[in-house]
Amino acid sequence: MASATATTTKGGAGRGALNSALFYVFLVLFVLVSLFPLLWVFRMSIVTKSNLLTSPAVTLTAPPVATSYGTVFGNPDFIQALQNSVIVAGVTTVICLFFGSICAYAIARLRFRFKGSIMTIILAISFFPAVAIIAPLFIQFSAVGIINTYWAMIIPDVVFALPLTIWILVAFFRELPRDLEEAAKVDGATTIQAFRKVIVPLAAPGVFTTAILTFIHAWNEFLFANTFIFDAAHYPVTVVIPNFATTYTTDYGAQAAGAVIVTVPLIILVLIFQRRIVSGLTAGAVKG
Amino acid sequence: MTSATGQKKRRGGWIKEEFGNAERRTAYYMILPALLIILAIAFFPIMYSVLLSVTSSTITGFGSFVGAENYIEMFQNEDFWEGLKNTLIFTVVSVTIEFIIGLGIALAINRAFRGRGLVRAAVLVPWAFPTVISAVMWRLMFQDQIGVINEVANGIGLISEPILSDTTLLLLGAIFVDVWKTTPFMALLLLAGLQTIPGDIYEAARVDGANVMQRFFRITMPMLKGTILVALLFRTLDAYRVYDLFWVMSGQQLESLSTFVFKSVRVSQLLFAQGNAASVFIFVTAFLIALIFIKVFGMQTGTEE
Repeated sequence: MASATATTTKGGAGRGALNSALFYVFLVLFVLVSLFPLLWVFRMSIVTKSNLLTSPAVTLTAPPVATSYGTVFGNPDFIQALQNSVIVAGVTTVICLFFGSICAYAIARLRFRFKGSIMTIILAISFFPAVAIIAPLFIQFSAVGIINTYWAMIIPDVVFALPLTIWILVAFFRELPRDLEEAAKVDGATTIQAFRKVIVPLAAPGVFTTAILTFIHAWNEFLFANTFIFDAAHYPVTVVIPNFATTYTTDYGAQAAGAVIVTVPLIILVLIFQRRIVSGLTAGAVKG
Repeated sequence: MTSATGQKKRRGGWIKEEFGNAERRTAYYMILPALLIILAIAFFPIMYSVLLSVTSSTITGFGSFVGAENYIEMFQNEDFWEGLKNTLIFTVVSVTIEFIIGLGIALAINRAFRGRGLVRAAVLVPWAFPTVISAVMWRLMFQDQIGVINEVANGIGLISEPILSDTTLLLLGAIFVDVWKTTPFMALLLLAGLQTIPGDIYEAARVDGANVMQRFFRITMPMLKGTILVALLFRTLDAYRVYDLFWVMSGQQLESLSTFVFKSVRVSQLLFAQGNAASVFIFVTAFLIALIFIKVFGMQTGTEE
């Protein structure tokens, strides 16, 4: 654990080499453990049903086949679920970015009272136990008639994603140079104009990162979807995939394939934008 | 700007002062929509939950006032205690392990080395997984027929029965999956905190003869305290409301506080009133946890520059 500082002490060449060898062994282990489930489940998704059921050792060595992917993509319910998830997560992201960026700009740039309290309230919401409001929401959503619609997922998703959106955007907005807006204001722009014409284009990369994080948050949501949706035509992927094993009388290969399909796009997105995502995720915690 | 002076200011108090200033007025208008959304869909329902919990309401209709009856019934329900027990064990054990391993990883990778990008990528992969999907994946690996982990654990004599048929093993499994999924995130937060500690402090301490342990306990830990508290609070509250992982990985067998509420409200609607009492219980206890972090451990909540 002390290796962070140990490498710089005068320990002789042998000890240094041993230390760095140990360090890389540790790194390789860490990377393997992190990636293992994805790799193994991918492996499970590309073997035949009979090979899969024989034993894990056979699963590891069996020749690859694409039948599970054929099953999953040939299943209209799964395609529908993918579409539902994209719609719900997409609309949630757009709404969160619209309200979130306006709110975050005010917090990052303007001076007013209770800023600290407002930020605390907003943050408190994102760690609020969501299950505590499913009963009242169920009654209210039934009264308004939106049970079994996308809105029954989008509305609560927005509430729980919005705090995340605001916190990350505040961190990004604070990093932008202040002089440009001041200059715009000197030239006669209002606060709103300065925001729209100067901040928004400059903040685009930060806003884009925030959009990805918000989208992932909504894409992963399960509790509200499982509570408010009874109708299979509106199920998102997070509800459909756990039920795969039962609906297909234990077609584990199809379940594995489904899991790989909904995870890989997220992982690719995250890997492409990893640098920015890490700074977005940690900004709030460290500065706040 | 100049109008809000003199006699006006004396009578209006802070409201007039805040709204008399164009910049501040704009700020409030910009914050209001987001705040209203949050208040309407989170705070209003929780009040409604409190109301429901002291009435004999069902999912279809509002009932009469029954006082603490729902709470009494809830405290007599074994499932509730099972859920509370599992939730507490899960939260304490998984957050503790995540913190220790996360801090170790953060300290180890807090330096320049080759392959840094790969490590960061490996950190983000478990984090990006939807919780439900990771539950599905691990369940597939815990399976007694096809699961590699069940097979290996059985082969080396670690378990005597299938993982998925024993609630103790399921709880251990849930803790393991949570550690796998969120330790990297913990490491990431702590690493960001470590990087804000200036290196010359260590240099100075070394010149003064402080050894590795002294530097860790006298410099790293105190300077990291703020970040550690934030990370621990986030993870504790997140683990305390565990639902997705238990529900999906255990095939609905493992009870937590959240699954108890879900079952009461959504599955067996006979227990609707008890479910509401449990909702209020979760909310109040989560609030107390946050309060303990702020008051007892002295966590900073202010966010002013």
